[in-house]
Amino acid sequence: MDPWKGRDILSIRDFSRADIESVLEAARKAMPIAQGAKTSRSLDGKVLSAMFFEPSTRTRLSFESAMQRLGGRVIGFASPEGTSIQKGETLADTVRMVESYSDVIVLRHPQEGAARLAADFSSRPVINAGDGAGQHPTQTLQDLYTIWEGRGAIEGQTIALVGDLKYGRTVHSLAFALALFGAPLILVSPPELEMPWEIVEGLKETGIPLQATHRLEDVVRAADVLYVTRIQKERFPDPQEYSRVADSYRVDLPLLREAKKDLMIMHPLPRVAEIDPAVDATSHAAYFRQAFNGVPVRMALLEMVLGVRG
Amino acid sequence: MRELRVTPIKNGTVIDHIPSGMALKVLKILGIGGSVSSTVTVAMHVPSKAMGWKDIVKVEDRELSAKEVDKIALIAPNATVNVVRNYNVAEKHKVRMPDRAVGILRCANPNCITNLREPVESDFAVMGKDPVRLRCKYCDRILEDVAAAIV
Repeated sequence: MDPWKGRDILSIRDFSRADIESVLEAARKAMPIAQGAKTSRSLDGKVLSAMFFEPSTRTRLSFESAMQRLGGRVIGFASPEGTSIQKGETLADTVRMVESYSDVIVLRHPQEGAARLAADFSSRPVINAGDGAGQHPTQTLQDLYTIWEGRGAIEGQTIALVGDLKYGRTVHSLAFALALFGAPLILVSPPELEMPWEIVEGLKETGIPLQATHRLEDVVRAADVLYVTRIQKERFPDPQEYSRVADSYRVDLPLLREAKKDLMIMHPLPRVAEIDPAVDATSHAAYFRQAFNGVPVRMALLEMVLGVRG
Repeated sequence: MRELRVTPIKNGTVIDHIPSGMALKVLKILGIGGSVSSTVTVAMHVPSKAMGWKDIVKVEDRELSAKEVDKIALIAPNATVNVVRNYNVAEKHKVRMPDRAVGILRCANPNCITNLREPVESDFAVMGKDPVRLRCKYCDRILEDVAAAIV
């Protein structure tokens, strides 16, 4: 039996290292179709329901692109305005209705745990496209794919996670997954935005080399990958404090003079001022490729959970 | 003869070996508030050979449900429950920490989907028993103050 067919994609914690490797391999195969160099009708006749209870341009469009590149169709909504949810319908009821219209459900929701609840009520596979400050497993897989494809491996790559490590949901899941692969991690954040203790404890238990610092300039030489996240203004009560912190975590050309030649810089986007646009033209910049990689990764997942191997 | 601080009961339940200071939480679990219709005896900060100090709760004319015992296990993992019938201890057992806590705790994360008007019960996996660590099945958060989360 195909263990992937009908499987819900809810949290990266549900994945083993072998599971993740299967997705990465499948995404690599999907690459020429994602780029438009080859065509496929593997999901012909299949319908995806995109339930976006909060807006998300990148995630929604990459799912739509992935489904349509494979010949499938997309129905759904991009925000809850005008839907029965506004009339007070529960998520459980909405899901029971939507599952009867489609073969797979992609859900983005502001409440943590919404995707697991949806999966409880749906016989069709549910893919979590982000639930509040909780999980966003397809983003994590897209980040892992970018490292794996860009560096040839994940194991042994020293990865510095930079910026808001407290609230940034992507970095928590990513750190967990990188630990599965035995990648040494460096946590770089202002003292106010350090990674929560329970996540650090979990990482320590895996036995990977783990280092934490407040100074970006101290780690830039050692890193193979800089994974930069946005530091949000609203986390700081004092605007001056925010500017001071934001300035000290900006990646620019002078900082990169110290870096390895093949250092890869990633960012889940949208970026504000964390990476100087001058960096875009360097070979370090991987963030636009990373955004594109959402398509082959989501293609791979859709084919897998719908029981179609490309 | 040593004077007993707490007299024996005819019928009911004695919850012993409660960690010192947790007796009031046990009363809360049992729904014992201002008005009661049978005798409830609470002993706090009692010397104990095994624990140093402990609390004891005696509730007359009442036996506990399995769900109530599960809730007590979460805040008093070493408690013993003695069921008394006609002045004799008819049953005596140690509480057992469940592997899952379903429908007995409220997730402390205000943004967790289980705190909305959805038709689901809260569901926690017990990650560690000493100290008690629980993870919400839905939002993945670790519950830190178990006693405060009991519904």
